Amino acid sequence: MGIFRMPSLGADMEAGTLVEWLKQPGDRVKRGDLIAVVETQKGAIEIEVFEPGTVAELLLPVGATVPVGTAMASIREDGAVAVAPAPDAAAMKEERPTAAATMPAPQLQVPPPPSQGIKASPAARKFAEEHDINLASVPGSGPDGAIVFVDVEAAWQRQGGAAATTAAARTGAKGDGAPVDGMRAAIAAAMARSKREIPHYYLGQTVDVTIAADWLAQRNADRKPEERAVFGALLLKAIGLSLKKYPEFNGSFADGRFAASAAIHLGMAIALRGGGLIAPAIHDAADLPLDQLMIRLRDLTNRVRAGRFRSSELADATITLTSLGERGVDWVQPIIYPPQVAIVGAGTPTVRPWIVDGVPVARQLCDLTLAADHRVSDGHRGALFLRAIEALLQNPEAL
Amino acid sequence: MTADDIRQILLEEIGNIAPEADLGALDPEVDYREKLDIDSIGFLNLIIAIGKRLKIEVPEKDYARLGTLSGAVSYLVARKRG
Amino acid sequence: MSGTSAGGAEITYRDAVREALREVLQQDPRTFLMGEDVGRYGGCYAVSKGLLDEFGPERIRDTPLSEAGFVGAGIGAALGGMRPIVEVMTVNFSMLCLDQILNTAATIRHMSGGQFSVPLVIRMATGAGRQLAAQHSHSLENWYAHIPGIRVVAPATVTDARFMLRTALLDPDPVLIFEHVMLYNMTGSLDPAADPVDIDRAAVRRPGRDVTLITYGGSLWKTLVAATELAGQGIEAEVIDLRSLRPLDDATITASVRRTRRAVIVDEGWRSGSLAAEISARIVEQCFWSLDAPVGRVCSAEVPIPYPKHLEDAALPQTPAIVAAARSVVGR
Repeated sequence: MGIFRMPSLGADMEAGTLVEWLKQPGDRVKRGDLIAVVETQKGAIEIEVFEPGTVAELLLPVGATVPVGTAMASIREDGAVAVAPAPDAAAMKEERPTAAATMPAPQLQVPPPPSQGIKASPAARKFAEEHDINLASVPGSGPDGAIVFVDVEAAWQRQGGAAATTAAARTGAKGDGAPVDGMRAAIAAAMARSKREIPHYYLGQTVDVTIAADWLAQRNADRKPEERAVFGALLLKAIGLSLKKYPEFNGSFADGRFAASAAIHLGMAIALRGGGLIAPAIHDAADLPLDQLMIRLRDLTNRVRAGRFRSSELADATITLTSLGERGVDWVQPIIYPPQVAIVGAGTPTVRPWIVDGVPVARQLCDLTLAADHRVSDGHRGALFLRAIEALLQNPEAL
Repeated sequence: MTADDIRQILLEEIGNIAPEADLGALDPEVDYREKLDIDSIGFLNLIIAIGKRLKIEVPEKDYARLGTLSGAVSYLVARKRG
Repeated sequence: MSGTSAGGAEITYRDAVREALREVLQQDPRTFLMGEDVGRYGGCYAVSKGLLDEFGPERIRDTPLSEAGFVGAGIGAALGGMRPIVEVMTVNFSMLCLDQILNTAATIRHMSGGQFSVPLVIRMATGAGRQLAAQHSHSLENWYAHIPGIRVVAPATVTDARFMLRTALLDPDPVLIFEHVMLYNMTGSLDPAADPVDIDRAAVRRPGRDVTLITYGGSLWKTLVAATELAGQGIEAEVIDLRSLRPLDDATITASVRRTRRAVIVDEGWRSGSLAAEISARIVEQCFWSLDAPVGRVCSAEVPIPYPKHLEDAALPQTPAIVAAARSVVGR
């Protein structure tokens, strides 16, 4: 019997609220099937199943908010006999059978699991108790991922520190306007962690994208709108291909070491209307033909803005592109999204004077920037990586 | 199909891209992409939607003519007649 | 060797101990030095070289090879009003006089209702690292730190080696001084301003905020090297030199651990029933709610200390193991 648990959809996710079950007991599921919709600080996310089998029991009522790791459903492997759900699953229901004629009504707000299940140091526990902080919502940075003092202290500060009122501390993922607050907290946590832990170095290169822009315009000219590509898709493709030669920018840094990723899942920073930002992944972007990449980019953008995207899209990115689009500013010094190790920034392409063969001419220019983790790579390689992207953009037919 | 019909369809589709916008207050002469913060993918979505609703395929070179609400209406009216 | 204030004279640990002996022998006619080979041979670690010529055979006394005999004689002399300094060649040999120390020296004040005191100082060499094999290399000071009625100190710096003896002789009860064999040849700068030194407080030898490394004696220097290495990895370790093994300075230890929330104890004794175990227990008793990680220990392997150099090195706490233990409790 497999237990399906509330997944962590990024380092900054603490808890999720079950919005909808997409499968019912008895339904067969395979890896990648959508089983539920969960509301997080980043919006509603469709959650995928990892192990195949048959849904045996749904352990959470719709509306329940539970910490990452909480059992949500039991899934019977094919051929296995049903067994009693895991102890924490049992705890979600009544404590034990009683002689009482009436059963207690199901609780809508599920209490957090008992604290014995959380690995937290004595110092962290004491601080959490004194400051009314739910340890279940605190990510741990200590030995074996244990929650230590500074983690709780940081959580407390995220909640406003000494100035926090109880009401402010309870700003959650529910209620009007609250999701943005929750997302702001999530972005704050991820970016603060990044700036605290990752020694960034920054490189920039002004790239002549005239050829790429002209090629794109020509390509789009005789195509239906649905088949047109935007400049961002070209950039994604160029980054994806360049990463094959510069794998030290593609992967994650955790537990003191870098793990390069064989797959290239490009995160695309997508600004949400009304504020906030999500950087979900386009899977295996380097190997997608440009048309496919564009379809995926548009689909992803639309779904993200509609507030529906998949859990794997959120957690899987191995590097991120933040593109300022057509109406932004010249350049960005981006912040790496942990545990990734690099982020590429693209400024708004504009026509500016440029020297070609000793003569100033008007060209379409785009400032590309790279922020990378100095624990993993050095500036020299970073420069070569940026140059590789630049070179590919000079030959757009090959993309 | 009158200019008002086209304006109505256009506003509906802009509203789908920017659901939070107060379109009643939108000045027909301003750059609505700037005003409503519509990026290239949002605008592409708008062009696709207009194409479906009005059966007009707007080529990329004409994008600039759809920069304001009044400009877009005149352009689309002209295309519809043409 | 460093760890004492700059500007002082450079001196070896061996010379510092000898100077301490000379000073007390000159100042107090009740003092005398007694032990195996301390006179004509100059001490097996050459600590007392030259003292026989200077002070004569009455006060620098070579003894028969009988620890029970000459430690017992020292206790008797102390009871009789003298201030004897007894040298036991290594702590391994002190098992032969354990009865005298435990059953006589440590108990007489108690059993006489306070009528008698034993103002005796016993110096012992301890520790491994010189390939002297399993009968000369152990660190059994923890066994003595178990015994009420005596004091146990472990000078790790030249300043403590130079000045602890005089303070120890002022104590009306027995004081055991453990000198680690690897320290005798080390050089450090003497801090005359430290005189007189106390013998009941631990010292912070390096301040830090991320983890407290608690150690003493010969392990202090390996621990300080580890702390420097850790600093290069972004971990600021505080290093505490216990100095006194009995009584333990709980206040200094707990103040540090409450601040860093993490502790690693480096102790050349065997882990089971070690001084490190005692300190760990006290930290848990007194600092539990301040801890961010389990207390770490780096101790000797639980084997008789081997003779071959590579095996001896492998059996002892070494810098890489200290660094690893510190990183593990910090979680990096």
